[in-house]
Amino acid sequence: MEKFTVHTGRAVPLRYSNVDTDQIIPAVYLKRVTRTGFEDGLFAAWRTDPDFVLNKPEYKDGTILIAGPDFGTGSSREHAVWALQNYGFKAVLSSRFADIFRGNSLKGGLLTVVLPQPVIEQLWEMVEADPATEITVDLVNREVRAKDIVEPFELDDYTRWRLMEGLDDIDLTLRHVDAIAEYEKRRKPWLPVTQ
Amino acid sequence: MARTMAEKVWEEHVVRRAEGEPDLLYIDLHLIHEVTSPQAFEGLRLANRKLRRPDLTIATEDHNVPTENIFLPIADPVSRTQVETLRKNAAEFGVRLHPMGDIDQGIVHVIGPQLGLTQPGMTIVCGDSHTSTHGAFGALAFGIGTSQVEHVMATQTLPMTPFKTMAVNVEGKLKPGVTAKDIILAVIAQIGTGGGQGHVIEYRGEAIRSLSMEARMTICNMSIEAGARAGMIAPDQTTFDYLKGRPHAPKGELWDQAVEYWKTLPTDEGAVFDKEVFLNADELSPFVTWGTNPGQGVPLDSVVPDPESFTDPVERAAAEKALAYMDLKPGTRMRDIKIDTVFLGSCTNGRIEDLRAAAEVLKGRKVADGVRMLVVPGSQRVKQQAAAEGLDEIFKAAGAEWREAGCSMCLGMNPDTLKPGERSASTSNRNFEGRQGKGGRTHLVSPLVAAATAVRGTLSSPADL
Repeated sequence: MEKFTVHTGRAVPLRYSNVDTDQIIPAVYLKRVTRTGFEDGLFAAWRTDPDFVLNKPEYKDGTILIAGPDFGTGSSREHAVWALQNYGFKAVLSSRFADIFRGNSLKGGLLTVVLPQPVIEQLWEMVEADPATEITVDLVNREVRAKDIVEPFELDDYTRWRLMEGLDDIDLTLRHVDAIAEYEKRRKPWLPVTQ
Repeated sequence: MARTMAEKVWEEHVVRRAEGEPDLLYIDLHLIHEVTSPQAFEGLRLANRKLRRPDLTIATEDHNVPTENIFLPIADPVSRTQVETLRKNAAEFGVRLHPMGDIDQGIVHVIGPQLGLTQPGMTIVCGDSHTSTHGAFGALAFGIGTSQVEHVMATQTLPMTPFKTMAVNVEGKLKPGVTAKDIILAVIAQIGTGGGQGHVIEYRGEAIRSLSMEARMTICNMSIEAGARAGMIAPDQTTFDYLKGRPHAPKGELWDQAVEYWKTLPTDEGAVFDKEVFLNADELSPFVTWGTNPGQGVPLDSVVPDPESFTDPVERAAAEKALAYMDLKPGTRMRDIKIDTVFLGSCTNGRIEDLRAAAEVLKGRKVADGVRMLVVPGSQRVKQQAAAEGLDEIFKAAGAEWREAGCSMCLGMNPDTLKPGERSASTSNRNFEGRQGKGGRTHLVSPLVAAATAVRGTLSSPADL
């Protein structure tokens, strides 16, 4: 996983709430067996509308998505995270994320940042007034900066450390393989096996 | 200290706990399907890792599969590759697989309970958000992404930060014609699609206790639609009766030991939930959605709401956008909404009881002219049982299409889809834009409402017939 420390880039204002994972990437794009190349499926239905924000040239180079509340609801498809990353997004800002999407994003190195809705509104207005506005998402100091805005955000120390180091969860867990083997000895005897 | 059921199951599965780190939880059962597993298997292969516990893992084919002509090669080459990839991976890593045509094939959340693999007190995961279904047995079951699928494959554990707990209390008795689906749609409308965020919901109260296992699964299934990670219902005699004698249920002395343990799982008297919600079952009536998220629902007796009636600007904007997509006008009676497709099936409502309920309504009646009805059993076993009870003949005589098991029209990933502009009454779980096919419009309903709607061609309940 790529390390994440500080990212500065332009932002795309997505003024919708409840953007579900079927909007982020429709199921028809999930048939592939790879982890890359999902950028064509990102917001596929909405992108057929020439007025959709991603189709506007001034937002073409955005790397930070600013979305309405309840972003990423619905299915557990990690393809939603891959589609955003494959397209070029490094961070998503919203006042509320669906749990599974949030978990997937932080596993995969797409930084999802929870900010109060009034701050999201301010950022929307800022990047709509001037699409060239640069926003900084600073994981080291846990804050988002844009012009005169400096807004702290919360992220637990463990996840922050893992993202900053770009560490693979599986390697971390395999350090405790003895504890897993020990636990397996005390599992209930009636628990089912599939074979 | 008094504990909730979710906390008990969690504690029982902690492999390792360290200050400032997530708990490492043991996973008792990992369910796999073709869509969210290929990249995980590939990850194992690249890192030269094995599957730690193939004996706690089971796979089936459900999302991509056609529900007709299943013994022909899958026509869509991309879908075919994905299904074939699962077959290769299952063989290479030693995973038991129930492929298309197998008697135990079906939607992953239908086959687990059916085989008796889903039991109280277990931790169950799957790369599918509707894994919450299994919580109906008092298991802690939740959907995970592909990175976590790979993590479970390699370690049989997951690092997790504890959930908060939420009680949804449904007291009173349901009126005839009101079902589990109506309860859960009403719950989601009340608390919203983010209402359960960060929580495990425990459904409690007289109305919940009186439900069958199938109905309990319908409720827990849609916990994710309220934003919750999992839903749970305390195991009781109904649970034990359902499990006894199933292929993977404990037998003999182990059965007795298991039941004794399962009886200790329900939430202790005096345990405190982080959040509580109350609903009165007596006041519920058939519930349907009008919008493009599952929280946008109203009683069938009601009308399409006016976006102006929402005080929250975010909700108002969402309602405006939803009505534009759904091509509906505020004030329209829900009963006047014309439907061209009815879908009965999915992990929400594709079990035998759902088919029985719909067949009872359709018996001696016909699907309205211009309406297409798909009946898709949740598994091959459900299909077989329905046929043994003669339900297939009722559906066919009514003019409905009787299909093979799979996810079908729930998600627009296989040949069963809506065309742009088509409008469905669907027993599935999501009414998102384009969920059932690009440009398709979805109203979520119970099996009873689905069947009555098929007969009348407009959203209806059996009482309207």
